[in-house]
Amino acid sequence: MTISHHPGEDLLLDYVAGSLAETWSLAVAAHLALCPICRRTVSELEAVGGELMSAVAPVPVEEDLYKSIVAATNAVHEDSVSSRPVTDSSGPNPILPEPLRSYLGGDVDSLEWRRLGLGAHQLPIPTGDEQTTARLLRIPAGRPVPTHSHGGLELTLVLSGAFSDVTGTYSRGDLQEADENIDHQPHAALGEDCICLAVTDAPLRFKSLTARMVQPLIGI
Amino acid sequence: MFETAININAATFGGSMVGRGPKWDRFDADGPKRNPATTNVKTERAVTSVDPDQTSKSMSDLLVRVGNQDQDAFRAVFDYFAPRLKAFLMGQGTSPQMAEEVVQETMVKIWRKADQYEPARAAASTWIFTIARNMRIDHLRKSNRPEPDMNDPAFVPDPEPLATETISQAQDSAQLYAAMAELSEDQRAVLKLAYFEEKAHPEIAEALGIPLGTVKSRIRLALKNIRSRIGDSE
Repeated sequence: MTISHHPGEDLLLDYVAGSLAETWSLAVAAHLALCPICRRTVSELEAVGGELMSAVAPVPVEEDLYKSIVAATNAVHEDSVSSRPVTDSSGPNPILPEPLRSYLGGDVDSLEWRRLGLGAHQLPIPTGDEQTTARLLRIPAGRPVPTHSHGGLELTLVLSGAFSDVTGTYSRGDLQEADENIDHQPHAALGEDCICLAVTDAPLRFKSLTARMVQPLIGI
Repeated sequence: MFETAININAATFGGSMVGRGPKWDRFDADGPKRNPATTNVKTERAVTSVDPDQTSKSMSDLLVRVGNQDQDAFRAVFDYFAPRLKAFLMGQGTSPQMAEEVVQETMVKIWRKADQYEPARAAASTWIFTIARNMRIDHLRKSNRPEPDMNDPAFVPDPEPLATETISQAQDSAQLYAAMAELSEDQRAVLKLAYFEEKAHPEIAEALGIPLGTVKSRIRLALKNIRSRIGDSE
């Protein structure tokens, strides 16, 4: 598997600095699970962050801080056990990488997809971030995604199958960054359904009248 | 121990930072010079000029000892990093009280997780930076930071050569430090804002009064310069 579309370095930097909101971070993290190259970039950016942190002029801490810390390390702690939900219902080769699988509570076969029209299905992904929406999309092989443009940024991570639009072909692990200037018409590739994670910071605007009329009803 | 490696370089003292936030003694060489009379190894400013190579190595060794529940090593890690973490967090706009809470949670986490620290993979400062960042997100936003899980069967592992090429390893820390010290003022300013003030790129553009495209290209250039300098010195 060769990944040819990566997130921009500025997106990775925001992820590393901790300034990227949860929903965007979910798309970046799922890409990182599949992409050793971007994980290396992330390590580099973290090293830069560590160096910046070490270089700062120190600010004295309260005198009793060390004592409080020692007391806290001696206290019984419950958070040492991972609180991540167990999702072992998935097979040995899950389609959805972590952390995505935990967000959805299982792999693609166990999900309750909702119809989106034109044979496509979607599944909203609950996050703590209200400014953006994340959803899993399943587009039938060879079919188009309804034509749309967006009010802001859209990240699309392919997890299974592939899609193509004017900007290229995207398959498993590829991440597309699209903004309001791209008016694209993605088509799923032939052969298998295309499953992807789509994160948007504004509702998609569909172009056809029918799609626009059903849009409020299906929550996309 | 790292205290003995103190190496005062008067030329690197002083300096002011663009905008609010902590002073950048080690990297800002062009600010007002400090009065030499006040330069004293006992001042906190002096501690910031510890030889970065020595410090990185000692901190890495100390963290390994913390992993074996060595309390003296933990105290030394605390003495070095707690005041820096506090400054770093305050630079991100966190109040001093809140910053101390995050420092406390970070130090507790360091004590509990130090046995997982791998010196060959990351410098101590890198590892601590990532823990502090996550604790800060936990504490201030009460939200998750989604991360990949390397034990997940869907996780694509590193091909072998990649593991040895990263600049995040402890022995490369001094090179990284040197490369960052050579950045232009413009490039350093955008990096500081990106890491320190938790500003998204459009906000950085606003803070510096420059177009968004310029912010992006400066960041790209800064990172490219860091990479090429590190590549050159190998």
